[in-house]
Amino acid sequence: MSAQTQGLKRGSVAIVGAAEADLGQVVPETTPVDLMAQATLRALDDAGLKLSDVDGVFAAASQLSMASVDICEYLGLQPKYQDSTRIGGSAFMSLLSHAHMALQSGLCSVAMITYGSTQRIMTRAAASPREYNQYESPYRMRSPVGAYALAASRHMAQYGTTRDQIAEVAVSARKWALLNPRAWEKDPLTIEDVKNARPVSTPFTVRDCCLVNDGGGAIIVTTAERAKSLKKPPVYVLGSGECMSHRNITSMADLTVTGAAVSGPQAFKAAGLKPADVDVLGLYDAFTINPILFLEDLGFCPKGEGGRFVEGGRIAPGGALAVNTSGGGLSYCHPGMYGLMILIEQVRQVRGEAGKRQVKDCEIALAHGNGGVLSTQCTALLGSAATV
Amino acid sequence: MATDTTAVAMAMNEMKISPAAAYIEYCKKGQLAYQFCTDDNTAVFYPRVVAPKTGSRNLEWRVSKGLGTVYATTTTTDVKRGNPDYNVALIELEEGFRMMSRVEDIPSTEVKVGMKVKMRMHPGDDKNPPYPVFVPVEGGSK
Repeated sequence: MSAQTQGLKRGSVAIVGAAEADLGQVVPETTPVDLMAQATLRALDDAGLKLSDVDGVFAAASQLSMASVDICEYLGLQPKYQDSTRIGGSAFMSLLSHAHMALQSGLCSVAMITYGSTQRIMTRAAASPREYNQYESPYRMRSPVGAYALAASRHMAQYGTTRDQIAEVAVSARKWALLNPRAWEKDPLTIEDVKNARPVSTPFTVRDCCLVNDGGGAIIVTTAERAKSLKKPPVYVLGSGECMSHRNITSMADLTVTGAAVSGPQAFKAAGLKPADVDVLGLYDAFTINPILFLEDLGFCPKGEGGRFVEGGRIAPGGALAVNTSGGGLSYCHPGMYGLMILIEQVRQVRGEAGKRQVKDCEIALAHGNGGVLSTQCTALLGSAATV
Repeated sequence: MATDTTAVAMAMNEMKISPAAAYIEYCKKGQLAYQFCTDDNTAVFYPRVVAPKTGSRNLEWRVSKGLGTVYATTTTTDVKRGNPDYNVALIELEEGFRMMSRVEDIPSTEVKVGMKVKMRMHPGDDKNPPYPVFVPVEGGSK
């Protein structure tokens, strides 16, 4: 497992703009770059900044191998610095660290981080072509869901985690989604509904799997000094951490322990915080087992207790711990690489802009990204002005 | 006469057979092969040109006894392609490496974590050369 966060100063940069692109299903012939551009201008409006203020461009997209170059061409930008790091859905937390580093080092002064996907209108097969692997492809594991299902099977066998506990993650996400007007899913969901849905890869049914949506978003990041004079309350980057533990599920050392066990402590150390300080969590819920693994690995409950932890609506609206208040990738929107959508929701929570799903007195937000098949784990801690 | 640049380049290259091609050759003989790094006495799978961590080239090919344990398992449903449900599993081999495979001869839903299994070479199909699958140790000797 590798690590990287050293040298980033707590609170030296802040997210000052955040916006979604069109979500759910977009009109025909829309491109991922259209959605990036749309979201970028919305995020700049949110920040009270202009396109000409941007001199750092950070982007990733599953449909684009050179995403930052695409968006620069589209918007006519020649930034001082750009970065297209592509490590799956956690790329945006990693790009936030990279932007932090670039801003702190003076390589740029206003950074945008953006994403766009048209995987629903294009189909997932066209948007994310499969890579051939001599040692895995013959077995026709449905990817990525099969890899997460294998992890779930191991967690169930090793810790006695139950099917109902896993299903409760989807039920909790749905309850949050019903409070979010932009969420894709509009109907209530029960544990029985989850278990009786179309089987995909045991223990998962389709209701244990993230949505297949179009969408995208953008956030604007700048120095703490500049952030103070802008339109919206700055949301400071307090700490971050990342860990890339493997690429293929066969090479994951222990299927019940993710790189979040490394990235989380790094982020908490950098921020000078502990799990009990966090008011709202955004955990990349590509599949229902994910929040269970991440709650354990990030230190919110002991290893093996994640299933019991989520029981009884603990992470649903009104529960003890607010997790995935947007409705998550399971019920709000999952446009292929969902990490940026988590950062947008966490910014809204810290600003107090989350409407009916707003967490009271929300000062500190955790955003945890996951990429590949539990391969890349990136954690960011964000806070209000009161926390710096 | 023009120089055969391909032949010259290939003659100068170090690798005479790729790790994947060597692995497939063993499979064609009915053998599950893995590599062993003699620098740190560690089994290496999937096969590579250099060993992970040590960076050593001292990788020797060994043939597994094919005995292992189910580490993780899932039953895959693929309605779109009309396939019957099938198993995907991670198997831990006694020699100390893990691989993806599937357990055959029993319904996939009866495959359990911790189950003892042994290798059987699948003959392959139009898309794949022969590849290892596993069957339960008890009653799996077809």
